[in-house]
Amino acid sequence: MGKFAQTFLNWEVMAQYAPKILEGFWVTVQLALAVVIAGIATGLVLALARSFRVKALNLLIVAFVDVLRAVPPLVLIIILYFALPTVGVRMSGFVSTWLALSAILASFAEEIFWAGMLAVPHGQWEAARSTGLSFLQAMRFVVLPQAVRITIPPLTNRTIAITKGTALGAVVAVGEILYQAQSAYSFSYNPSPLTLGAVAYLILFIPVVWFGRWVETRFAWKR
Amino acid sequence: METLITAFFNLGILRETAPYLWAGFKMSALLTLVVVPLGIAGGLAVALIARTAFRPLRWLVVFYVDFFRAFPPLVLLMFIAFGLPFTGLDLPAFVSVALAFFLNTSSYYGEIFRAGIESIPRGQFEAARSTGLGAAQTMAYVIVPQATRNVIPDLISNTLEVVKLTSIASVVALPELLYAARQAQSITYNATPIIAAGIIYLVCLWPLVRLLSRFEHRQIALH
Amino acid sequence: MILDVAGLHKSFGDLEVLKGIDLKVAERELVFVIGPSGSGKSTLLRCCNRLEEPTSGSIRVEGVDIMAPGVDINAVRRRIGMVFQSFNLYPHLNALGNVTLALRKVLKKAKAEADDIGMRALVRVGLGDKAKAYPNELSGGQQQRVAIARALALEPSIMLFDEPTSALDPELVGGVLAVMRQMRESGMTMVVVSHEMRFARGAADRVVFMDQGRVLEEGPPEKIFNEPEHARIKEFIASLNG
Repeated sequence: MGKFAQTFLNWEVMAQYAPKILEGFWVTVQLALAVVIAGIATGLVLALARSFRVKALNLLIVAFVDVLRAVPPLVLIIILYFALPTVGVRMSGFVSTWLALSAILASFAEEIFWAGMLAVPHGQWEAARSTGLSFLQAMRFVVLPQAVRITIPPLTNRTIAITKGTALGAVVAVGEILYQAQSAYSFSYNPSPLTLGAVAYLILFIPVVWFGRWVETRFAWKR
Repeated sequence: METLITAFFNLGILRETAPYLWAGFKMSALLTLVVVPLGIAGGLAVALIARTAFRPLRWLVVFYVDFFRAFPPLVLLMFIAFGLPFTGLDLPAFVSVALAFFLNTSSYYGEIFRAGIESIPRGQFEAARSTGLGAAQTMAYVIVPQATRNVIPDLISNTLEVVKLTSIASVVALPELLYAARQAQSITYNATPIIAAGIIYLVCLWPLVRLLSRFEHRQIALH
Repeated sequence: MILDVAGLHKSFGDLEVLKGIDLKVAERELVFVIGPSGSGKSTLLRCCNRLEEPTSGSIRVEGVDIMAPGVDINAVRRRIGMVFQSFNLYPHLNALGNVTLALRKVLKKAKAEADDIGMRALVRVGLGDKAKAYPNELSGGQQQRVAIARALALEPSIMLFDEPTSALDPELVGGVLAVMRQMRESGMTMVVVSHEMRFARGAADRVVFMDQGRVLEEGPPEKIFNEPEHARIKEFIASLNG
């Protein structure tokens, strides 16, 4: 047990690298928030655009969504970071990770929002329009509030899963938790920083997972 | 356009690196064939244990599920691949990856099966028990088959995510598709292999994405 | 004339549902539309506020051609109240919220004023005490009365009812009909598509019988119910009573 603690819970090593991990913690938080905001906003815009039912536009949206659902996030990040520079497009690891994860979240969010809008019965549109609400007003005040409510549980779970992908940024040198833990590990040749990194992720994501559980029960839809 | 083709869709490079990519593809396929059934079996076990009458065991399972759902899979993988050797347990890369995937995916599959089992009305249990089936028989012959059918879209969706996730094995030098593509890129100084890997994922997984999108629309619409 | 429909045609693809309808509704009149299912009654109503786009023909509401290019259809619609068979209450808003949404967003009334008007509409349909209740907490009959209040609150010049009681359990029908009767007494112009023949006999000024996309016959209820010119109508009415 003493040896185990020496290896995985080495206080000296941990104390030394804790500030680095903390630094990484904030980078992870920033990256995650940026992904959530950009991803969900883009997804909503795409779903709204789709509701106008312009054929060519819808085809484009479906193609975008399908590609981003089929290609692994890490492959996307690596294409953005390692492949694009060969044609002169350069971006930092942070931007590549942010862009890849936001696009993926956007595609999932679009699908979820769109399915939610379809789930609102047609009679709701008719009732709203019959009282003189315009298309956009009916969308804004009648259809979207119901669609959002239906979509919140799946959207929350998907968002959590994708924000955990911020750890993939370590592969393209984003100074987030995993990257910091990994480099501390290779400097010290002791896995304690990895333990610390793991704890940092748990501190960040356990509450998020619980929040997801709460949302699932809270929004269980009753009609 | 010319530059784009030379940089991303270079047939000469593709021909040269195809054997690498093919070997990587086979490894990815093998990994998928190992981790998906393991994860499903683990998930089913998790869901069944979550229903035992013995409370501490139930809590343990909830803890297990939340713990591994909060952990980014890449963090888990690195912890296992880089940390475990310090305990004297030096697993081959493939085994480390399989272990990490088992812990991660069995939590997700477990949640899906749990929801499926909860969706079965009490009357089904009572009917089965009233005909003299034991608790285990009731589960095996009556509840689990129905539960599985109810959650097929979720199972497929999660499996899609697992297949995509196998790409993170490249980080611990398991020679799967993405790893092979990156090796090929560093040898040829050309991004074509990475783009090819992306396209291979797209071609293999796109049918699954289409299928799911159809399921999801129907599912939410029936909500 | 509040409503003046002339030569109205409507096709869905190859299927011609309305084959030239003429219908005039005067102020304070209650016109009852009956006919077998598939005769185009609902489509006729839904064309009157362009929830369905007519294929050809003209529709005038208070003298305004609502088919004219550039007409503000949303302004027209709020002058035409509509009550649906399936209520279509907004499940995410309470009763008062359902009634006041258009008041606030279409008529741009302040919240306090909209709430005041909404409350009065709810009181008129006998649900002043249910303002805070959500649709899933109300019975079908109560939901339909809230839907009526939602239309009434906009002070329409005409109300269209599309089978307002056919989704209700029998014991809940009376409450909705009572509200409709009271609206008629206060002088509301109404067009009602329904199978409630007893209500039609007692309250309608005129009954229109539709069959296969045309108006087969129209006249005062006594005539249509007791001595129609077409045997088809007699059969239909007998089948409802049977």
